[in-house]
This record gives sequence, C-alpha cells and structure tokens, in this order.
Amino acid sequence: MAAEEMTTIHEAAEKLAQREISSVELTRAHLERIDRLEDRIKSFITVTPELALKQAEQADQRIAAGEAGPLTGIPMQMKDVISTKGVTTTCASRMLENYVPVYDATVAERLLSQGAVLLGKGNMDEYAMGSSCENSAFFPTRNPWDLERVPGGSSGGGAAAVAAGEAIYALGSDTGGSVRQPASLCGVVGLKPTYGMVSRYGLVAYASSLDQIGPITRDVTDCALVLNAIVGHDPKDSTSLRQPAVDYTVALAEYATTSPLAKGGPQGGQFRLGVPEEYFVDGMQDGVRESVQAAIKTLEGLGASVEPVSLPTTRYALACYYIIAPSECSANLARYDGVKYGFSYQDTDNMWEAMERTRAGGFGPEVKRRVILGAYALSAGYYDAYYLKAQQARTLIRRDFDRVFEQVDALVTPTSPVVAFRLGEKIDDPVEMYLIDVCTVPANIAGLPGISVPCGFSEGLPVGMQIIGPHLSEQRLLNIAYAYEQATQWHAERPAI
Amino acid sequence: MSLERAQVEQIALLARISLTPEEVELFQDQLSQLLEQFQVLSELDTTGVPPTGHAVDLQAVMRDDDDEDSLDPEDVLRNAPNPEGEYFRVKAVLEE
Repeated sequence: MAAEEMTTIHEAAEKLAQREISSVELTRAHLERIDRLEDRIKSFITVTPELALKQAEQADQRIAAGEAGPLTGIPMQMKDVISTKGVTTTCASRMLENYVPVYDATVAERLLSQGAVLLGKGNMDEYAMGSSCENSAFFPTRNPWDLERVPGGSSGGGAAAVAAGEAIYALGSDTGGSVRQPASLCGVVGLKPTYGMVSRYGLVAYASSLDQIGPITRDVTDCALVLNAIVGHDPKDSTSLRQPAVDYTVALAEYATTSPLAKGGPQGGQFRLGVPEEYFVDGMQDGVRESVQAAIKTLEGLGASVEPVSLPTTRYALACYYIIAPSECSANLARYDGVKYGFSYQDTDNMWEAMERTRAGGFGPEVKRRVILGAYALSAGYYDAYYLKAQQARTLIRRDFDRVFEQVDALVTPTSPVVAFRLGEKIDDPVEMYLIDVCTVPANIAGLPGISVPCGFSEGLPVGMQIIGPHLSEQRLLNIAYAYEQATQWHAERPAI
Repeated sequence: MSLERAQVEQIALLARISLTPEEVELFQDQLSQLLEQFQVLSELDTTGVPPTGHAVDLQAVMRDDDDEDSLDPEDVLRNAPNPEGEYFRVKAVLEE
C-alpha cells in the first residue's frame, strides 16, 4: 500500500502543504485504488476521473499560491443523492438513471469552492431508503471487512469507500441512521449534525423533517474538518439555522490530555454521560453489547461520570419513524411523474396510465413500499390513527430527551444492535430490516446530533459506539469522541483488502 | 391490523403506482405486518399532546423579495423526457 493511501484529511493536508505530494498525485493514487478495488467493493455509482484530475490541478495551483484550506486537494466521494452540476445524480434509482443536475447542492458548492476533489458519486439504497445498500437499483456495495457482508445503509457506498481507502472522506445523508449505521458497520466515523445545521438545498428529498447531510471520515479530527466546511445558514433552505461559525477542530487539542473528560464539561466539571438501558435491546448481539460496555468503561476511565438513564419512549421510536418518514416520502416523491425529468413511460396517450407506469417502472420495491405505506398513513380515515399519532409520539420522544439532558451532557449507546450482516440475509423481510435502525432513529426524530465512532470488533467485524447530545452540541460530541479516540486504536484498524 | 387486497389497490391508485398482482399480494402481507408493529403506539396516552412537525423550533422564515436569475430553460429542459420548444410536453389532461 502506497504511503498516500489510507491517509486522513489532516495528514494528507500536511503533506500537500509541505509539498511532499501533489493533489494530482494523491488523486491519481486514489483513482488507481478505485480501479483496483471497485470490482469487489462497488462503492461508486459514477467515477469522475477527468473532473477529479482537473480539480486536483486547480487545487495544486491554490496550494502553490498559498490559498489552500484544509480540504483543498483532498479526494472525496459524494453520496449520489447530493446534486452535482453536470455530474449524473441517480439516487441509485432507475427513475434518475440519466438525470444530470443543472445546479450544485449547497454542500457540493461549499466543498468545491474550498478546493475539494470529487472522485465520484457514492452508492446507496434507492432514494436513501434502506439499511444495507442492497436497495440500490444498480448493484449492492460490499463491506471491505468481509465482502460477503453489507456495508450498512443507506450511505453504504460512502462508508465502504472510506474504509477501503478509495476516498479519504465521503458525504452521506442521514434520515434514520444512514450516516451513523454504515459508519459503524464499516469501522469509520460518521456524524449526523443537528437538524438544520447543514443546508439540504440540492439534497434530493426523502423525508424533509428528518434528512440531514453528514461527514463519513477515518477519524474525529477529519469529521470536525468536514463539518467546518459544510455547516452554515443557507437562504435557499428555509429550515437551515443561523449559527455563529465555529472551528470545531480548535477545542479538540484540549482533549488529548490525561483524564480529558474530568474537566471542561458543559457544567464546568466532569462530563456526565448517560447510558439509556432501552438502547440495549433484545436481540442485540453479545459482541456489540460487550464492545460498547467496554467503551463506556474507557470513557469513565478518562474522567467522565457515567450513570444509567431511562428514555421510556424509545420503544415507540421505530413505529414513529416508520410512519413519519414514509408519509413525508410519499409526498416528496409525488414529483416523479415522468414529465420534468427522469424515467418516463411514453407508450400511451392516457395521462394517468403514463404516470402510473412511469412510477411502476422507475421505482424499486422498497421505494414503492414506503410511498404506499405513507400514502396509507396520510389517507382519509387513517390520518389520525397513524400520522397524527406518530407526530404526537414525536413530541413525547423529544420531551424524553429534553428531560434526560437536564441530567446528563450526552448519551452513549450502540450505533447498531448488530455487526455487518450477510448480503441477502434480511432483504426479504422489511420488519427485520427496519429493526436495525432502532438505536439511530430517535436522534432524527428529535433533530439531535449523533456521532458513531469505532469502538471494537465482534467476530472480526467493526462495532460502533454512538454519542448523542442536545441540539447544537456537535462540539461536545466531537470532544468526547476525540478523547475516546486518543485513548484507543480502533479507528486505526484497516481491513485487509 | 391487516390490509385487504382492495385497500392496497386503492392506495396504489392514490399513489399513482401501477402494481402487478404479485406486488399487491406481497405488499398486502408486508404492510399488514408493519401496521401490526405500529399498534405499539396505541399504548401511548397522547391526549392533549401537540404534534411535532419539525424537531427544531423554527418560526415562519421570511426573506427579502429580491430578483434572482432563474435556471436556464435550455439547461432544465435537457432532462425532460419530451420537451417541445421552451415547454414540457404533457399528455392530454382533459378528455376530448
């Protein structure tokens, strides 16, 4: 493995700054690695070598001119649900197989204006609906730790690409765990920011009140660097928050000391961490439970106080999520009518037939399932029993979090109750597949930030620990995650591929 | 809670997705199972609990009504399956 591979953003940026390597060389090394590994991993829907090398050349000029930022010249992958002007954006759907956006998503614009190098677009579950990447209309992505297993989803392409060294970092989107869960299953870091921290403009909509874009990286410092680059108010997204700009990396250094969590907590003293028993669900694998419990001991050893807490509404979160998300999706996906863009059934003069066959041919089974489920939950006679009830449950889940965050500064949980499972193992049973999201959906329901960091292995497969905090506590989550990362070496493990 | 076949067909019609008989059967079974899972919500006393539409408190957001460039129609129509001049062509909406 060449020295420029499997590097982090901050290591690569240092080498670029010192002229030890150029962005063109770094980019070429990644394109070669993609060539070598893609037959097995299949994390990219589209690879953009010419564009990447052109961007790398421009990045080298910026570096030479002393105008580089921390992401300038760093090759990355973007989930194929994020619009990229002139680069096909498929959402892993037949519906958008040939769709070429005419504008950039705000996150794409921000990264590219800071000199990012786009290697290509990441595979995913169709329209970000799924937990295994098997719902891609094109092909499943494989987990670099075991090619017979899934990388998680829906941002499975991003997590696999970062774990396999095909990209230094990736952008994913997280509606019910789609950044954190694949990060957990692939042994990398994934963050879902507070709802509204990152503009959703140009993110193809799945469930608008839950969707949030987030970074997938090899370590916590990189996560902070990417977060710096993508956050901020955007007039084009009326739900984006107005927050003062913060450099999330600055505070991290204070947490590389001994007992870093014994002081500097939000209350001035030690960090108070809560462990919600409800997240250690029946059916959780022993190896996952043991790894997360060991990680909690480590956090305690770093000076944090740890106490059990209770979030009784957790048992309603999955039902709440799987009513609200499909309801929003059935409304959002009404736009695919075969008229403005995308797949279009033309072989009829009847408008309704054209629309129905366009949607029958363009959408895959999981998308159809959710659109129909959502349409049912919103339909006359069932609205109160399902959609309204779920929205009320959402209020109670939020209140539960509000109450517990008066007691503790952050929650520590498993990210996924299971490690990476085999391809085909769960795909025919939506009920079982949805259960995997049990630990991640509550943060989306309440709009909270959550980070997943590698915290061990079970049967040779990565386990992730999730840290959830109150709204806008990204800095706190990064500090805790960084302190943990400094004390352990899980993040430095690499798959033998 | 189980769905009738006719209900699945009716919702599919509302969602404008034509389903094969096999899909109807599959979704009837799978959606019934999911609705069964959702029954857990009936345990919750939600009397007087206001619904949450957005998890972050946001007031109605206003912005200045400034002129901005629109997307170039030629660019936009490049993705259209059946454009005509500067327009999207649609099937006849009204019967003759």
